[in-house]
Amino acid sequence: MSEAHVVDCLGQPCPVPVIELAKAIAGVPVGADVVVLSDDPAAASDIQAWCRMRGHSFEGADGPSYRVRRVV
Amino acid sequence: MSYRRSVTSRTFLDSASGLPLHPAAREALMAALDDGWADPGRLYASGRRARQLLDGARAAIAAELGARPDELTFTPNGTTSLYAGLAGVLAGRERIGRHVVHSAIEHSAVLHAVAGHDATPVGVDRSGLLDLEAWKGGLRPDTACAALIAGSHEVGTLQPVEQAAELCGQVPLVVDAAQLIGRAPVPHGWSVLTGSAHKWGGPAGVGVLAVRTGTRFVPAFGEDEHELGRSAGAVALPSILAAAVALQAAVAESAEEDLRLRALVDRIRDRVAALPDVEVVGHPTQRLPHLVTFSCLYVDGEQLVRALDAEGFEVSSGSSCTSSTLEPSHVLVAMGVLTHGNVRVSLSRDTTYEDVDRFLAVVPDVLARLRAEAGASGL
Repeated sequence: MSEAHVVDCLGQPCPVPVIELAKAIAGVPVGADVVVLSDDPAAASDIQAWCRMRGHSFEGADGPSYRVRRVV
Repeated sequence: MSYRRSVTSRTFLDSASGLPLHPAAREALMAALDDGWADPGRLYASGRRARQLLDGARAAIAAELGARPDELTFTPNGTTSLYAGLAGVLAGRERIGRHVVHSAIEHSAVLHAVAGHDATPVGVDRSGLLDLEAWKGGLRPDTACAALIAGSHEVGTLQPVEQAAELCGQVPLVVDAAQLIGRAPVPHGWSVLTGSAHKWGGPAGVGVLAVRTGTRFVPAFGEDEHELGRSAGAVALPSILAAAVALQAAVAESAEEDLRLRALVDRIRDRVAALPDVEVVGHPTQRLPHLVTFSCLYVDGEQLVRALDAEGFEVSSGSSCTSSTLEPSHVLVAMGVLTHGNVRVSLSRDTTYEDVDRFLAVVPDVLARLRAEAGASGL
């Protein structure tokens, strides 16, 4: 698994995790991962929806940890 | 009377939560308070008069639902109708089993009612349409009942109720038609049908529960003499009389209103879809005439509702921050769409083209401002 940039949004409500993910993805190269830590119940659906809207790849979730790969 | 004054300064765009009383129903309600106050169960003249009025209202509403008068009972609201309808068929088919099939986008009352049961939620596609193959596959020999919402109160998508009912075969189908009644023909195929007068322009406090003749149904209050024991105690007769008048008026206007509201919703759909990072949610054509939902990336739903309220527009939201549980809408989650920044706009007979225009004029600025405040501009 590639080294990932981690964004800690624990305790922060949506849309904060998605906003922080969007900021972080701009700072990593194509093919690299960003991991978002979020315990917000909306994060699971909203991070996946964001990936679909932005053309990035949702790599899966492990508890409150969501891995996203920059595609474009 | 004060309501009229208030709608001229504010624009109510949340008819799916409940409509202001239809003008015809207001008149009927006033008359009914004088004429229909007595207990319809009594044998004296006032009681007989009340019975006659109740029978008339029941026949009128049943006709619009495609039900027989003796199949229709009144409850305190649509949610109670759902609970009572599900409980009745589940108890009636206890020997068959306890398994329930329902769409993943039912009203929360359905999810709560089947919480202790073996339930199979059936998924929907991104537009909110039921997966009929999965529906078919979900039905089992021990399935006690199925439940399907005819028109989604959250995203407006209409379900293929009649196809779903056919697949059900002998399994009774509970259909929540709350958003549909008075706006579109009620689909066939239901064993239990539920709705709420408040959603068709009648007063709050009247739910309808129709149970098709031949459906195995154990009423919750079997010993109660009212409403076949399906709802306990006396009914709200004046409100029911007004509800009947409202429904007839709504149905009489429905063809014209369907065209008018559909055009307004199309206009909203087109315009908001063209805004940056706004996703319109729900089926584009197979939908209720009066309701449109969209989600705005990087925007907090509660802030959005409050900002629009400050601009004079009253809308609702399925975003988690606007719910008491802080959970996102299970409907939006099931559809796989963005749950934050969610807005539901639902129109009524009072909504004008100008109202929609003014709404569309403020949305882009409100979104830009909230995104700027969240540090999300240009992301």
